[in-house]
Amino acid sequence: MNRIAAGGTSQAHHRAIQRAGRDDRDPAPSRTLAHRTGSTREGPHSDWHSSARTTNPKQLGPRGNGVKTMRRVAITGLGTVAPGGNGVKEYWELLTSGRSATRTISFFDPSPFRSRVAAECDFDPVSAGLTPQEIRRLDRAAQFAVVSAREALADSGLDVSRLDPGRTGTSIGSAVGCTTSLEREYVVVSDGGRKWNVDHEYAVPELYRHFVPNTMAAEVAWVVGAEGPAAVVSTGCTSGLDAVGHAVELIREGSVDVMVAGATEAPISPITSACFDAIHATTPHNDEPDRACRPFDRTRGGLVLGEGAAVMILEEWESARARGAHIYAEIAGFAARCNAYHMTGLKPDGREMAEAIDAALQEARLAPDSIGYINAHGSGTKMNDRHETGAFKRSLGDHAYNVPISSIKSMIGHSLGAIGSLEIVACAMAIEHGVLPPTANLHEPDPELDLDYIPLTARRQRADVVLTVGSGFGGFQSAMLLTAPDVRS
Amino acid sequence: MTAAVVTGLGVAAPNGLGTEAFWKATLAGRSGLAALTRFDPAQYPSVLAGEIKGFTAEDHIPSRLMPQTDHMTRLALAATDWAIGDAGADLRQLPEYGMGVVTAASGGAVEFGQRELENLWSKGKEYVSAYQSFAWFYAVNTGQISIRHKMRGPSGVLLTEQAGGIDAIGHARRHVRKGTPLVVSGGVDAALCPWGWVPQIASGRMSTVADPDRAYLPFSADACGYVVGEGGAVVILEDAASARERGAPRVYGEVAGYAATMDPAPGTGRPAGLRRAAENAIADAGLTPGDIDVVFADAAGVPELDRTEAAAITGLFGRHGVPVTAPKTMTGRLLAGGAALDVATALLSLRDGVIPPTVNVRAPAPEHGLDLVTGGPRDTDLRSALVLARGYGGFNAALVLRRTDG
Repeated sequence: MNRIAAGGTSQAHHRAIQRAGRDDRDPAPSRTLAHRTGSTREGPHSDWHSSARTTNPKQLGPRGNGVKTMRRVAITGLGTVAPGGNGVKEYWELLTSGRSATRTISFFDPSPFRSRVAAECDFDPVSAGLTPQEIRRLDRAAQFAVVSAREALADSGLDVSRLDPGRTGTSIGSAVGCTTSLEREYVVVSDGGRKWNVDHEYAVPELYRHFVPNTMAAEVAWVVGAEGPAAVVSTGCTSGLDAVGHAVELIREGSVDVMVAGATEAPISPITSACFDAIHATTPHNDEPDRACRPFDRTRGGLVLGEGAAVMILEEWESARARGAHIYAEIAGFAARCNAYHMTGLKPDGREMAEAIDAALQEARLAPDSIGYINAHGSGTKMNDRHETGAFKRSLGDHAYNVPISSIKSMIGHSLGAIGSLEIVACAMAIEHGVLPPTANLHEPDPELDLDYIPLTARRQRADVVLTVGSGFGGFQSAMLLTAPDVRS
Repeated sequence: MTAAVVTGLGVAAPNGLGTEAFWKATLAGRSGLAALTRFDPAQYPSVLAGEIKGFTAEDHIPSRLMPQTDHMTRLALAATDWAIGDAGADLRQLPEYGMGVVTAASGGAVEFGQRELENLWSKGKEYVSAYQSFAWFYAVNTGQISIRHKMRGPSGVLLTEQAGGIDAIGHARRHVRKGTPLVVSGGVDAALCPWGWVPQIASGRMSTVADPDRAYLPFSADACGYVVGEGGAVVILEDAASARERGAPRVYGEVAGYAATMDPAPGTGRPAGLRRAAENAIADAGLTPGDIDVVFADAAGVPELDRTEAAAITGLFGRHGVPVTAPKTMTGRLLAGGAALDVATALLSLRDGVIPPTVNVRAPAPEHGLDLVTGGPRDTDLRSALVLARGYGGFNAALVLRRTDG
């Protein structure tokens, strides 16, 4: 047995924990899991990293100390729609299997395009539980968000009737909004691109909802009855990190106690393919669709477009504890910077990303060498691989060589504004299960990249402090730190 | 925690390009609403807009940026230059990560997007611009401003439609409070192209009246929807101590209070969230409603929305309890730029002790119970202003601005 099929049992285990209340939680769920799945505690490649096991994270500086204690943020519910499977259980199964969900594009005829692969979701809105009116009203990205929010809410065990609506907020990331619906409707009202003065008589009533994608945050707010601050955060490909970071700020500053936070994207459409083709950002590896995205690999050819959503329930720590919520992880630090360099380019030194990592560590009061896993941006471009490898070395020093790093985009593609939130969920699950997802398709490591990128196979390895990073068009660089729930208590 | 103050303004509005031209026109009651010229609107039910006149992009934008920017981003870059100039800020003296950018967006750079969609669908994918991947998207203004002025600090982009200008400034204040000395914020929007027009027609909220003086009449008994314009405002938000230290030539006012709320889901019977946003913002400023000297209204011009807003205002201040104005009757609603422009207008009001008028509305409908400033500007001592905004889908935002003497 080479692969760790962790998902199913772990989810059942997790539900059992939830029912039993937090105090009865198994202190080492991964051990139980290993026992149940028949896996060994050591992963198949434990020899690569035997010295890298996380020890007690070092905390910098005292907490409290007469200063007003900072409100802390707990992740208590998860929901996803992702390529390869709907719902967190299937998502985690895919990520730990090392399989890629990338395939030849089926949503439209991709033959005119240079890059003809994508990671598509097999998403049926009816079986996902959406009503006929929601299906009509909502763009695919909004559908993903609503379905994910419902899953996260159920997972959190929150009783909506007991929420204070005004103290509950919404923050949803998206880079390109309702682009699929907009393009579809554009083609109709322009009669296939023939009319500059497009026909309003052919416009569907929902068109304005798609035109201003903030409506997606409204839809998610309605899922939980949230009447606190709501917004769509749109910072390109860091939207998924920044939207959750924004939510964390709102809880910390005391504006809200609960946030529904995450991100969604459904960008797989001709205009997206065309604009990435034009700058050769997407891979031309069309012949092996399931090996199309190859971060950190010498043969990488660019990113593979993806789609999906991840929504989380975030709660103020003490109130989450008080209600006996299951806490997946704490969001301990977040920071965003800009490179002020180029709308699409990155410098190899990774300076601004490193600055974001440093600032997030400072906010979390954690030392660089406490980091036990890095979920990389790993978009599958040479420029990115050098950039973030540079950033990790800059921020972590020698410890960068000890930390396992992986890119789940190798499996689920790059869903632009959504991916940051999907990666946060992956980090929360990695902490929960003590399993680190691999970088799929990493058969021929780029000799210029000398860190541990967890090739091919998931690792059973506990990580109490996890870093996830993102880079986006516009120069955005973001970093977030998650910690195991018992680490900073 | 020191105050977050506005030290610079950059305005691009249909009735005035540049802060002082805009302010002069606004006090004079000069409207920028007129028949559309950017494209032929004859086939559409709505034919009026607030277009910015006299903006020659080449005068403001480096030639290498021209192919990669939409009209919206060019306006935003110009307004940012003006705001930075106004603030007298020598950006090289600030710490490298000490400057950020937080802007609002609504539908992105729509005209750029329409051109590339047309290229793709009428000619083929080889004709799509290499800049399409970022030139149309919601983050473009923040990204371009950050790059142009080497601003590497915490930044952001918030989408809440017409409420966005306030939400962006509220968020910029967070960055200032957490230690970023200077943040460029606000919103500049422009969607005056057919592909920006048709979705707004579909919203059902645009006025179909062709007379510019009768088309957008918020709080009037004849309210019949709104007119859309382009433009907005960029504000320089600074930590008060840091601004003082660098010798900022002026402080327009303090962003003293901010709050945002969401309306309940349709059909729940729960009250709309605008009043709560206003209450929370006033409380956040450490004030009470009695301290507010003027309200800059969202003024949707849609009867049902006007009623909701009037009820929120009278609920907090009492009937005829506070002067209310909507200078956006001279510019139209500017999407992500609208609330930012209202913030700039309110700061100018505080500076000069004068409330600009709501034009074309002879008197508000009596049912609203509003002391609407109509006819001409009203001179009065002003210390604090409340700016209200709402975004399509149920978004509410409120900002309290306070005059800072000296």
